[in-house]
Amino acid sequence: MHEISAEEQQQIAVCIGAFAPKRGSLVPILQRIQDEFAYLSGEAMRKVAAHLGITPGEVYSVATFYNQFRFHPPGKHAIKVCLGTACHVRGGEVILENFQRKLGIREGQTTEDKEFSIDRVACVGCCALAPVALLGDKVYGHMAPSKVEGLILGIHLEKERQEREKAKHESNNS
Amino acid sequence: MTKLLVDNKEIEIEPGTVLLEACLRNHIYIPNLCYLPGMPHPDASCRLCFVEIDGKVVPSCTVKVNGPMRVKTDTPAVRKLQQSALRLLLSVHEVDCANCPANKQCALQEIARFLRVGLKPKGLDRLLKEPSIVSDHPFIDFYPNRCVLCGRCVRLCRTKEGRPQMNFSARGFNTVISFYGANRESMPTCEECRSCLKACPVGALVLREPARE
Repeated sequence: MHEISAEEQQQIAVCIGAFAPKRGSLVPILQRIQDEFAYLSGEAMRKVAAHLGITPGEVYSVATFYNQFRFHPPGKHAIKVCLGTACHVRGGEVILENFQRKLGIREGQTTEDKEFSIDRVACVGCCALAPVALLGDKVYGHMAPSKVEGLILGIHLEKERQEREKAKHESNNS
Repeated sequence: MTKLLVDNKEIEIEPGTVLLEACLRNHIYIPNLCYLPGMPHPDASCRLCFVEIDGKVVPSCTVKVNGPMRVKTDTPAVRKLQQSALRLLLSVHEVDCANCPANKQCALQEIARFLRVGLKPKGLDRLLKEPSIVSDHPFIDFYPNRCVLCGRCVRLCRTKEGRPQMNFSARGFNTVISFYGANRESMPTCEECRSCLKACPVGALVLREPARE
């Protein structure tokens, strides 16, 4: 469970308050909250339920029906694996599975250190490069299991390098 | 009273009765999973209660008897649809009857026998869900791979409670019953109600042992 600060509580209340307390507002409210926070927290869903006079279970039921809602905050490096038609045919599923296994999370989830999150998307618009994955906004075409390893290793190395430099910088300063 | 002819057997029934109900009351068996008596809008989601009326195949839970009609429950078209529906249900069902509390009183077993469909249908992949047990209810365990998603529990919970404590969540092959947000305070009547446990045609909802605390 991710902690919700008082400020975020306030923000959620503002999102909800903009809508009439009727069932028809449910999806628009959820969209607004997701726009604001990039995901739906348990706390947010409970607050929405209270506003509309329905159970949190009903909110969750509706929210999980739609692909547009996510229930975990996106990681620092958001990985999106394309499973559109072309990528599906070229084995996008295998790429997704590789990312999931490598990071130990399922699609729609975020790693404990909040570094990575995995999502599936349907077509990024460059089918000629299938199978495709996105890391943040950067597109990686012709994905293969070895490239999955490489990408994640690259990020880890980059992070280590930055940490080393930071440490060096600090020791130089002191 | 209205007379109708079902498989050449004449039955009399009050006008307005649901056809499926009329047949069942007169000992004419039609396979069904999702039907609950008295529901104003049947889901007709299990796709098993098909009958043929004047050459047209319809789910019998959606038809009200309002005059004489000729119904056939055992035509090739009907059986083919029912068998396909059942085979698809079984393809997402973990057939482990020996370890299932519903063994021998399971609607799926009964219908499979009636329709002469093997419990492990050939030619279909078996798709199972993860995890195989969900324990988000204080004292009920949910087994997604036993569930046939008939929705009887969900509808009963909605009628009885007004504010349903159980719902469908996710979509398609990933659909499960969820007790999201449920705890003892939010559902004080759960302890004595247990309608969902009784209504489950298979063994998907099971009282956790030990039952209390």
